[in-house]
Amino acid sequence: MKDSYITPDGRTIGGVLMDMRGITLRFGGVEAIKNISFDIREGEIRAIIGPNGAGKSSMLNVISGFYHPQDGEVWFRAAKRPTMRPYDVARQGIARTFQNIALFEGMSVLDNIMCGRLTHMKTGIFSQAIWHGAAQREEVENREAVERIIDFLEIQAIRKTPVGRLPYGLKKRVELARALAAEPKLLLLDEPMAGMNVEEKEDMSRFILDVNDEFGTTIALIEHDMGVVMDLSDRVVVMDYGRKIGDGTPDEVRGNQEVIDAYLGVAHD
Amino acid sequence: MTTDQLHSIPELLARNVASFGDKPAYREKEFGIWQSWTWTQAAAEIDALAAGLLTLGAVPDDHIAIVGRNRPALYWVMVAAQRIGCVPVPMYSDAAAEEMAYALDHCGARFAVVSDQEQVDKIADIREGLTGLEHIIYLDGRGLRKYDHGAMTSYGDVQAAGRAAELSVRLDELSAARGYDDTCVMLYTSGTTGRPKGVVLSNRNVIETSKNSSDFDGLRVGEEVLAYLPMAWVGDFIFSIGQSMWTGFCVNCPESEATMMTDLREIGPTYYFAPPRVFETQLTQVMIRMEDAGRVKKWLFDHFMAVAHRVGPDLLDGKPVGGLYRLRYALGNLFVFGPLKNTLGLSRVRVGYTAGEAIGPEIFDFYRSLGINLKQLYGQTEATVFITQQPDGEVRSDTVGVPSPGVELKIAENGEVFYRSPGTFMSYYKNPESTASTKDTEGWVATGDAGFIEEGSGHLRIIDRAKDVGQMVDGRLFAPKYVENKLKFYPNILEAVVFGAGREYCTAFINIDLTAVGNWAERNNIAYSSYQELSQHPQVLGQIEAHVSEVNTSVASDPMLAGCQIHRFLVLHKELDADDGEMTRTRKVRRAVIADKFSDLIAALYSDATDVYTETEVTYEDGRKGQITATLDLRDAVVAAEQVAA
Repeated sequence: MKDSYITPDGRTIGGVLMDMRGITLRFGGVEAIKNISFDIREGEIRAIIGPNGAGKSSMLNVISGFYHPQDGEVWFRAAKRPTMRPYDVARQGIARTFQNIALFEGMSVLDNIMCGRLTHMKTGIFSQAIWHGAAQREEVENREAVERIIDFLEIQAIRKTPVGRLPYGLKKRVELARALAAEPKLLLLDEPMAGMNVEEKEDMSRFILDVNDEFGTTIALIEHDMGVVMDLSDRVVVMDYGRKIGDGTPDEVRGNQEVIDAYLGVAHD
Repeated sequence: MTTDQLHSIPELLARNVASFGDKPAYREKEFGIWQSWTWTQAAAEIDALAAGLLTLGAVPDDHIAIVGRNRPALYWVMVAAQRIGCVPVPMYSDAAAEEMAYALDHCGARFAVVSDQEQVDKIADIREGLTGLEHIIYLDGRGLRKYDHGAMTSYGDVQAAGRAAELSVRLDELSAARGYDDTCVMLYTSGTTGRPKGVVLSNRNVIETSKNSSDFDGLRVGEEVLAYLPMAWVGDFIFSIGQSMWTGFCVNCPESEATMMTDLREIGPTYYFAPPRVFETQLTQVMIRMEDAGRVKKWLFDHFMAVAHRVGPDLLDGKPVGGLYRLRYALGNLFVFGPLKNTLGLSRVRVGYTAGEAIGPEIFDFYRSLGINLKQLYGQTEATVFITQQPDGEVRSDTVGVPSPGVELKIAENGEVFYRSPGTFMSYYKNPESTASTKDTEGWVATGDAGFIEEGSGHLRIIDRAKDVGQMVDGRLFAPKYVENKLKFYPNILEAVVFGAGREYCTAFINIDLTAVGNWAERNNIAYSSYQELSQHPQVLGQIEAHVSEVNTSVASDPMLAGCQIHRFLVLHKELDADDGEMTRTRKVRRAVIADKFSDLIAALYSDATDVYTETEVTYEDGRKGQITATLDLRDAVVAAEQVAA
């Protein structure tokens, strides 16, 4: 496999960051993921698409360490990952957003994003409570990092607003901010554009591209909107009924007969 | 150095560095914190940028376009341009690409300093047609990494090149070469009619005006202003550059457009300017929130506002007020006015101005009764803002004040107001015909507004745009704005356009205010899926009809304008918008455009029809166009009996 290459729009895609090898995931008798292998390269935007129930979210949960596959190996940064708790995975540099927004509704936007910095904070609960010395310095440093993200995602005006009062599109953006605050190597986005109108989708697309461009963050995303997926991603994995039915650049995938059948249905005659 | 020798903005800057170098000159909220620059620091930034522009090949008399929201770095571009003898040309950052193309091409800017990727993209779209534009300098590099940097440099890099070049002697030479009558800035008028015109203002215009107006209100170092109005607008140039440089006060820039109200509260400006629309919006929001407030709070608010209406303005003007009322007002201040002013960010306002459009008397009185010294001024780009303004203690909602220091006024036979002042513009750029038709050889400038000077007080009263004032078919006076302003006072009416010149009766288009009407709909469980649907809701139409009828009663009481009562009206299915060319960027209605675009609706208003089907083209924010269709109700309003002049 070639090592690194440069995309038509001038970004450098590096070596393999995450390698999924023969992943099989079963819930009792149901096989949600059937022996799927694919990789995610450093710096790329990788999409996972497929019809409802194809196993996309399950796959994302395997990557984030929430589900543990019965078979197969997960390789991250050239090392086989042992079975880990999700917070250990987060510490490794993988952050995510959720399909059904999972923010703290009663807390302000700022506090929610500060939560994303948790893995970067080392001082204990007592020194933080006393608010002195190292704890204070640490908070200031982390707040600065958070403020840069707030600036980046243009959500200054809602900094102090409780998340519960925000419209859906903005909540999605706050969730992205929280994931970014962890300064992840790999960012997992579960349907970042679901339920958005055209304008919100365009904004979100721009932010995803900017994140990738500005911070060099590798992004794996699940999305239903084909137009968005084809425009954003470098490579696409297509799943159907837990199987991988396509893998390649958007153009390759678009021409794949099996993919077309899965999406448009096949005549049974 | 005495102030008599200060003949340019860079010289004022040098004086400020010498006199109060370590006082704050600029602040900007960024990353959640107010960052500030002293006069000394700002001057160093400006010099680095000016030298950087020289290394890029700028030569005296080049035009340098500036596009972006209010940020210290962009204000520095203006002064840096002046430092090397160039002419800054600030432009409206929300203008569509074609509008910007016209101005960029017309002024022949060789350099454009822009805020971010959005503006870079906009210029990239039109760059082919712009032969003069050589180099773009951008402030925020986000998303620009992959762009071709052949003719594009970041602001920081330009400054770094400038610092490395060590050109301070050259900078001083170039600054010294500029005289009092050389160009200070060029500003494009918003253009209610036709193409925008480039108004050339000299150092004399700007500095004399800044001096006079600062003296008028006693502005001084230590004043705080919030710079949030478009940089391309002459008012912002005078407040944030002219007066700030003259007096040495600090200019504060908000974090983003959306945070303006929060930033206003944090800064608490002492000198504040806002167009009537901002005051209207704030008042609407206060009223909406009071509707939602608990009974006790609502009672407190209503009770003390009644007191405030009665004695607030008099207290502000220092007129005698009874002791009991003083006490009640003081209590009101404790419970209502003080906290309310604080919430609005207006606690510290010492001098407040509104201009641009007439302000509804009730809105004006509301703010004054709270104890905010809100005044009116009348001005235009060609006058370097100030023509008339209201002195403290002589503030009324129906006049625009007395001539500003150094301004002479005369009223022509047709009622048009003319002025002559030290601020009178030099010329329209590359347009001697327009210059000659606007400014006569003696320096008198036609304002285009009809008005009269009130006997006794000497205050100027503006009736309407001179060209909009017309006659009805029976010869009675038709002054659309007079009626529109009365309509716009209602919180649920955002905009109104009245027709009637050369007709038998007047009709009107009305835009509902989505904030106010939407809130009302929510509270009354009225479902709607779009602006259009809400605008045609029978209850909404009923409310508007009641307002129009009330306005008719009020109009009927003025014998001169009683003919302007509105007989029929409709509520428009879309908001009038600058993107569709229906308004200027400063949100003034373009009557001709509207009359032309909606000619089918006007025809229907002057027919017997009860509704009308229409198709309208709309332009989205990104420039794409679409069609909307609607069937609009045509309504009759109650016309009041006219009072016969005795």
